[in-house]
Amino acid sequence: MTLDSKIPSGPIEQKWQRAKDEYKLVNPANKRKFSVIVVGTGLAGAAAAASLAEMGYKVKAFCYQDSARRAHSIAAQGGINAAKNYQNDGDSVFRLFYDTIKGGDFRAREANVYRLAEVSANIIDQCVAQGVPFAREYGGVLANRSFGGAQVSRTFYARGQTGQQLLLGAYQALMRQVATGQVELYPRTEMLELVVADGRARGVVVRNLATGAIESYAADAVVLATGGYGNVFYLSTNAKGCNTTAIWRAHRKGAYFANPCYTQIHPTCIPRSGDYQSKLTLMSESLRNDGRIWVPKKKGDGRSPEQIPEDERDYYLERVYPSYGNLAPRDVSSRQAKYACDEGRGVGPGGLGVYLDFSEAIQRLGQELIAERYGNLFDMYARITGENPYRVPMRIYPAVHYTMGGLWVDYQLQSTIPGLFVAGEANFSDHGANRLGASALMQGLADGYFVLPYTIGNYLGQGGLGKVDAGHAAFREAEQQVDERARKLLSINGKRSADSFHRELGTLMWENCGMARSEKSLKEALARIPAIRAEFWENVRVLGGEEELNQELEKAGRVADFLELAELLCADALQRNESCGGHFRVEHATPDGEAQRNDAEYAYVSAWEWGGAGKPWALHKESLTFDTVHLATRSYK
Amino acid sequence: MKIILEIWRQKDAQDSGRFVRYEVPDVSEHMSFLEMLDVLNQQLLAKGEEPVAFDSDCREGICGTCGFVINGSAHGPVHGGTVCQLHMRSFKDGDRLRLEPWRAGAFPVVRDLIVNRSAFDRIIMAGGFVSVRTGSAVDGNTLPVPKPDADRSMDMAACIGCGACVAACPNASAMLFTAAKVSHLGLLPQGQPERHQRALGMLGQMEAEGFGHCTGIGECEAVCPAHITLDAIARANGDFVKAVVWHREAKAGSGGG
Repeated sequence: MTLDSKIPSGPIEQKWQRAKDEYKLVNPANKRKFSVIVVGTGLAGAAAAASLAEMGYKVKAFCYQDSARRAHSIAAQGGINAAKNYQNDGDSVFRLFYDTIKGGDFRAREANVYRLAEVSANIIDQCVAQGVPFAREYGGVLANRSFGGAQVSRTFYARGQTGQQLLLGAYQALMRQVATGQVELYPRTEMLELVVADGRARGVVVRNLATGAIESYAADAVVLATGGYGNVFYLSTNAKGCNTTAIWRAHRKGAYFANPCYTQIHPTCIPRSGDYQSKLTLMSESLRNDGRIWVPKKKGDGRSPEQIPEDERDYYLERVYPSYGNLAPRDVSSRQAKYACDEGRGVGPGGLGVYLDFSEAIQRLGQELIAERYGNLFDMYARITGENPYRVPMRIYPAVHYTMGGLWVDYQLQSTIPGLFVAGEANFSDHGANRLGASALMQGLADGYFVLPYTIGNYLGQGGLGKVDAGHAAFREAEQQVDERARKLLSINGKRSADSFHRELGTLMWENCGMARSEKSLKEALARIPAIRAEFWENVRVLGGEEELNQELEKAGRVADFLELAELLCADALQRNESCGGHFRVEHATPDGEAQRNDAEYAYVSAWEWGGAGKPWALHKESLTFDTVHLATRSYK
Repeated sequence: MKIILEIWRQKDAQDSGRFVRYEVPDVSEHMSFLEMLDVLNQQLLAKGEEPVAFDSDCREGICGTCGFVINGSAHGPVHGGTVCQLHMRSFKDGDRLRLEPWRAGAFPVVRDLIVNRSAFDRIIMAGGFVSVRTGSAVDGNTLPVPKPDADRSMDMAACIGCGACVAACPNASAMLFTAAKVSHLGLLPQGQPERHQRALGMLGQMEAEGFGHCTGIGECEAVCPAHITLDAIARANGDFVKAVVWHREAKAGSGGG
């Protein structure tokens, strides 16, 4: 199959309008005859489900959480970018587009990114109209803050809870449609198989997590908005339940997986404290607006931070990147933290931490203003660590946060399976090899509110969809696959818990395929993953039954899929013989330790086709062309 | 340190349920409370006993998934946060802790410490939104919002929907939850057109779900992890009274036309 990205013709500023003018429409009387399944109720999923329902489509929405309001978008702290130029600081659609392409280290599709920048302003308007309580200035207008990777202030925010407020806006729009009967909502329900009938995505098989019942649902199109796969590393800033199962099952049914090795390590997370650690907590990047990052100049300096005089501190980001300073992008900042710790200058237990210091900002602005800006984050830090960040500097360390890779989609967000659309973090489309801060919320809502409503209409309007209901043989087959898998997991009755396998896999991935990757480390991981997977299927212990609420069974199913994804992630990292964005190969670094891209050979999207269990994947390449932004070495110095 | 737990075990909604005693040795003070339960569950699994079911997801205090009662206090003894943000440094060696699910008729137990809070979703469905279609919004700066209003609205919008307010209330009232949403939207210009309808709809639904009435006890405020204050309830009551009059007049008006 050749990859057709379906990018509209014409100048970049006109592509999206031209596409919308040319897409098929479905007339109002016919919309109600079509049904759409949306899996996941985060920003992308809830926005898509609500918008499609408002237009008249019949929507079925699913989420594994007990309420649609709890999807992990809710934990996003810092903000959402939009090219409003309310600050009169020279922002524009073009600049947001440019910053995103550059921030993504020239590994994203220009046309998609331009569209993202274009609709960003509409997102803010939509959210304000829904009653999202964005921060305001005294005159009553919307406030902005600056964020990493940009020299303008274009980030809109609601204290340190922007994701929560945007998600509640989308959730409330969704619940309004549930109340009208236009959306049927299935919470505490996990998608375990995609159903492909006659070559098109036509439904899902799910497990009701409260009762254990396996159920089938059919529709005319399926949207996966199921988030990222960062939990393949076990410890990440993702929620405990975040998983790859929905997109992985779709991948096994024919959807190509793109750029799995592009994983984002966030520079400012609270370091781990012990072996029992169950997740890592992010401290918003917005803290870097006022906090200064430093380590002692001296190796192994055991003094407490207030005893280290100013001239013995190394504010390394300000030193290495004078023009961006503490606001250097995430991949760059994380790597510098790693270098500092590798040199033995890290702080805290195990030397795996750097300071994020607010003392100067508190002196300059007063504790009250700092508390107003970041109060909830400071409280959270104090609760977790038992330390008061108003008095002593925070200790932070990088952690897995976001995955830029995901299912391959064309400009219409359709995967290689006709009728299967993928939105938000679950697709690969807009962030290239590195996502800028405050752009995930923007992309999730752009996909859900402003892209899918047009492109799904275009798909349905083309006709040709036969009648398929849950009685179709493809549903029986998928149900059987789900049932067999669950029975198998329950019957092994081995010695180790699903968690213990997950931890083992996560440690291996972090060590060998984390912030720095080498041919040696990746080959070692590729040799060990199949062995862990084989042991899992012989030695995992899952108690309880299938037809009841069974959290161990849920976990085991997710770990089984991570054990397959991990192999593809490492294979992708191994074939990409360059460093770009979040993918850093130690063999490909400039003398001063920056990522060394290889545009001549690697300016492509790697899209992997499932080859069958135990067989190798086939690699397809979508080459990337840069007609508007010229390929350049990324510099934040 | 060693912690002694008495945990409510209940297989499903039909089961009558009981407390079961467990001991967790070697608890580190840096563990979160839920990590301590993770350790217990790994021990149970190794012994061939079914782990304790409890809800959690983000484990950073914002998703509202987790929550149970520890020694009679919703989310545990340290107020102003969720149980996932509670750390074992708040306890000492030998402490006996009794863990039970939120107790309220409108929150039936699903299993062990997990309850069904879908009643909250239905309260939101009854008016907890602004009716605005995607694509029909005007520029975000068209309607200025005074900063104090935006800030107060944000205070109210911070509710995470965990249900601790219901669990703490002797009447099992969902008034703090409901009033927070009525206030969040009622404080913004965008929320004005549906303000009366919202108050009537949401408070009516709260009653229909079987939550109790608010008698101003204030236990909810004390345990709320999002620091929602009783001001919310005062504001929602005000909106409700005005809405009743508005509704009566609207009915009389339409009858006359």
